Amino acid sequence: MSILVFIEGVEGEVKKSSLEAVSYATELAKKKGVATTAVAIGNFSATALSSIGKYGVAKVLHVTNDKLAQVNVMAYATALAEAAKKENAEVVILPKSSAVDAIVSRLAVKLNAGVVTGAVDLPDTSGGFKVKKSIYTGKAFTTVELTSAIKVITVAKNAFPATETGGSAQVEVFAPAIPESDFSIKITKTEKATGEILLPEADIVVSGGRGLKGPENWGMIIELAKELGAATGCSKPVSDMDWRPHHEHVGQTGVKVSPNLYIAIGISGAIQHLAGVNSSKCIVVINKDPEAPFFKAADYGIVGDAFEVVPKLIEAAKKL
Amino acid sequence: MKILVCITNVPDTTSKISFTDNNTKFNTTGVQFIIGPYDEYALSRAIELKEANGGSVTVLNVGEADTEPTIRKALAIGADDAIRINAFPKDAQFVAAQIVAVAKTENYDLILMGRESIDFNGGLVHGLVAEALGIPSVSPVMKLDIEGNLAKMAREIEGGKEYVEATLPLVAGCQEPIAEWKIPNMRGIMSARTKPLKVVEPTATESLINMLAYELPPAKGACKMIDASTPEKLFELLKNEAKVL
Ligand SMILES: Cc1cc2nc3c(=O)[nH]c(=O)nc-3n(C[C@H](O)[C@H](O)[C@H](O)COP(=O)(O)OP(=O)(O)OC[C@H]3O[C@@H](n4cnc5c(N)ncnc54)[C@H](O)[C@@H]3O)c2cc1C
Ligand SMILES: Nc1ncnc2c1ncn2[C@@H]1O[C@H](COP(=O)(O)O)[C@@H](O)[C@H]1O
Repeated sequence: MSILVFIEGVEGEVKKSSLEAVSYATELAKKKGVATTAVAIGNFSATALSSIGKYGVAKVLHVTNDKLAQVNVMAYATALAEAAKKENAEVVILPKSSAVDAIVSRLAVKLNAGVVTGAVDLPDTSGGFKVKKSIYTGKAFTTVELTSAIKVITVAKNAFPATETGGSAQVEVFAPAIPESDFSIKITKTEKATGEILLPEADIVVSGGRGLKGPENWGMIIELAKELGAATGCSKPVSDMDWRPHHEHVGQTGVKVSPNLYIAIGISGAIQHLAGVNSSKCIVVINKDPEAPFFKAADYGIVGDAFEVVPKLIEAAKKL
Repeated sequence: MKILVCITNVPDTTSKISFTDNNTKFNTTGVQFIIGPYDEYALSRAIELKEANGGSVTVLNVGEADTEPTIRKALAIGADDAIRINAFPKDAQFVAAQIVAVAKTENYDLILMGRESIDFNGGLVHGLVAEALGIPSVSPVMKLDIEGNLAKMAREIEGGKEYVEATLPLVAGCQEPIAEWKIPNMRGIMSARTKPLKVVEPTATESLINMLAYELPPAKGACKMIDASTPEKLFELLKNEAKVL
């Protein structure tokens, strides 16, 4: 028996959410008294892979197949299922992400495993195997019992801290057989903002709404984000009007974020927007209307005109 | 082209969520139910594809009799017929098994779903169905065009977009801006009453998970206000009090 954890990369490096998943997996392995193996697919730097060992895994399986350099949902599911079989895995842990969301269901079918996405806490193994996940788009939680022999879980972002415990991992090349039929989805082009902090991964998010009046005013949002090392987000009307790209739209129908700090500027706080941010650790709201509903969901608030407040914040952020 | 659209019956996005029966049942009192917003994008695109290429659009819901008003709304929007699998949608794997049972006999060219349901938020059913049928699945799809036997799609990835192609049959989990929501007109509403809605009993499946209990998040404390003339105070508090900087 063992626990398998999937490592997702970005530009050759291990994503922060993957390290959180590794810590989650090793913590669970400790409880169960079993070993943890990590699986990385695609291009990673050698140091990136061995450094996963610092988070408590002894072995990393690296699938180096060139055809898997880009995420291919079907082939990745096959590779992970093969790794799970090879390692006799009882639990497979994956970091929740847009790519993993599409892989995990297929993996569960291959392993005939019960599956829960977006776990917010370690499983309770005191009697059975129970995991808590958020439902109703962050408005509630449920506890789910997994009764299958193999269990598949994705871990919500920022729900479990990545903790270094020392050690280094041995990297082993793993070459599972992948049928040609797994390559029936062809990726023809990728458009990706490089060098930016990815919104779903960010520790801090600075988000702007319709209160900012137009795309020409986003300079100060971007500058504040830059000073704080934050990603930028927006409300739905802002992306609907093309002031900002669609992948920045936060909320019920957009990206769900769970940063340590979410700063909302000129956003009213409609329930559909809150659905995407309510698992943030700390929420700051800047709005000129003291009655804006967002203040009810906020930890800190400033009632004021964004065009006066934000420049002052940028100055203050420079001194941090 | 034969299209299946799988829809959920979910609380309106503005609903206040609460539970009854010792936190084991969703409290439906005062809650308005709607077609899942992502599912409605899927339905709208299905109708556009049918208008452009011909064929049929069937909507399917796994749910008890109380979901029929939502199914009728999908018919009013423009689906041709509907199937209701008469069972409480206990979990994604149960729902997927029901959809698979129907899809195996009907051979749809395209099965469209939402990227996720807004009640369980699993994002699972499309992949579960596609894997069981041995066909490709793509999600979240924000653009979908069909050229002959080829589906050309744009899919949202973290920080950008990816363009992908796959041959039919195919399962797609949809999101905006794949299509504009359609508002049912009077003729649609009238005709929806008489469009076929077939009720099918569920097939038995192996249960892999059980939902045990629900809970609400802890209540938020009061919001601390900072004077607009001294916004730099904010960073002090974020650093020393909230400890998030
Ligand atoms: C099914 C459905 C799904 C939806 N999904 C989402 C979603 O995922 N994400 C989302 O965001 N929305 C979503 N919405 C839309 C949502 O209901 C709101 O319409 C939207 O969030 C409002 O955006 P906003 O706060 O930017 O704009 P507004 O509501 O117009 O608010 C602007 C705010 O800016 C303030 N303001 C104005 N000028 C200034 C100034 N100079 N300085 C400071 N503050 C100022 C105003 O007081 C106001 O509070 C959804 C709606 C539906 C029906
Ligand atoms: N009870 C159901 N009946 C029909 N389709 C469903 C049902 N539950 C989920 N789906 C479909 O599967 C998608 C993903 O759901 P989920 O895996 O629950 O997030 C939804 O957007 C629907 O298209």
